[in-house]
Amino acid sequence: MLAPEQCLKANPVKNEPIPGTYIFDGRAARRGYALNKMCYSFNEAKNREEFLADEDSYCARYGLDEAQRQAIKSRNVLALLAAGGNAYYLAKFAGIFGLDMQDIGAQQTGTTVQQFKDRLQYYARFSDDVNAGGPARG
Amino acid sequence: MAKLIGGISSSHVPAIGGAIAGKRQDDPYWKPFFDGFVGVRAWLEQQRPDAAIVVYNDHGLNFFLDKMPTFAVGAAPRYVSADEGWGIPTIPPVPGDQELSWAIIDGVVEDEFDIVTCQEMLIDHAVSVPLQLLWPDGPPPVRIVPISVNTVQHPLPSAARCLKFGQSIGRAVRSYAADLRVVVISTGGLSHQLEGERAGFINPDFDALCLNALVNEPAKLTTYSSRELVALAGSQGVEILNWIVGRGILGGPAREVLRNYHIPISNTASAVQVLEAA
Repeated sequence: MLAPEQCLKANPVKNEPIPGTYIFDGRAARRGYALNKMCYSFNEAKNREEFLADEDSYCARYGLDEAQRQAIKSRNVLALLAAGGNAYYLAKFAGIFGLDMQDIGAQQTGTTVQQFKDRLQYYARFSDDVNAGGPARG
Repeated sequence: MAKLIGGISSSHVPAIGGAIAGKRQDDPYWKPFFDGFVGVRAWLEQQRPDAAIVVYNDHGLNFFLDKMPTFAVGAAPRYVSADEGWGIPTIPPVPGDQELSWAIIDGVVEDEFDIVTCQEMLIDHAVSVPLQLLWPDGPPPVRIVPISVNTVQHPLPSAARCLKFGQSIGRAVRSYAADLRVVVISTGGLSHQLEGERAGFINPDFDALCLNALVNEPAKLTTYSSRELVALAGSQGVEILNWIVGRGILGGPAREVLRNYHIPISNTASAVQVLEAA
């Protein structure tokens, strides 16, 4: 594990783009407004059912553009992000299909779900080091 | 006068709600996480708070992008937990402490924080999951004041602003005349990223730095810009801002009573930390 001061050096940030990361800023919020508004509607069960019953007309009702419509159709998370989708709203869309964060993570990183889970599990070995900085555990 | 007794900061991963509903607390995957709360509950039992200020971020349940407040303070008589779309069970409505809400609102506006006030506010997993972890056997024995921080749409409030906002809330609580024991519950984090090719990003080094700094050097964390927080903690790891607000509320010197950091819970480096006013 890196010491905290090395950790900062190992993660050069400042104004460079952060690889593989979509900052949801004003530009994305404008670009994705219709898409995110549709996903926001999925908070309600009756809307999820209406979407499943007739996807085309549901998307049309929210005024999705062609890129957003295609991204919804293909269930492709990276395309949804490129079309202005926000992770929290897209999670509601993914939820309709019973997909969880590991399913979505695997899809975005081009791995199997098991590989994605293994990668998360890899970090487990650092838990004790972080706990060691806290009070003694009874 | 009202007294701030301490702060509990905890992850709020939705999957925890699923594990509670499915009674999977003793599964090997979940046990190291849930075990961390045994000591937290013992501390609460000893401290017996009357009210809880819950600092969290809404995930597109109460607030949509049509109106996105940087800071919103709940002032409702009760807070309803509602369907978020992906199936975690809701909890019964939680009573609010409207008097405390308005004491906070009066104080922070006096301090030049231009907040949004909410007499109706739906609460999502970021409130319901921590309440279930702290009081698993029934309704929480506290009235709550939820305070929502925008960690969804950039520009986010800076870490420095979050600390100052918390300090202002803390002053308002301490000068509130009611005889009340108040606990601060801050939720979210630690490092995690849900979206993009970097999904699954976790940074134990930075999490350790945050946990250590939060005890008695929270100002250390105010040097990071939102962009730096995204780089170091992941896109959703910016929820550390909620913890920074919470630490500001507690104010003064603190003693770390308990820490349980465990990776992974879903895509997240989970943590719970209890700080007591020293």
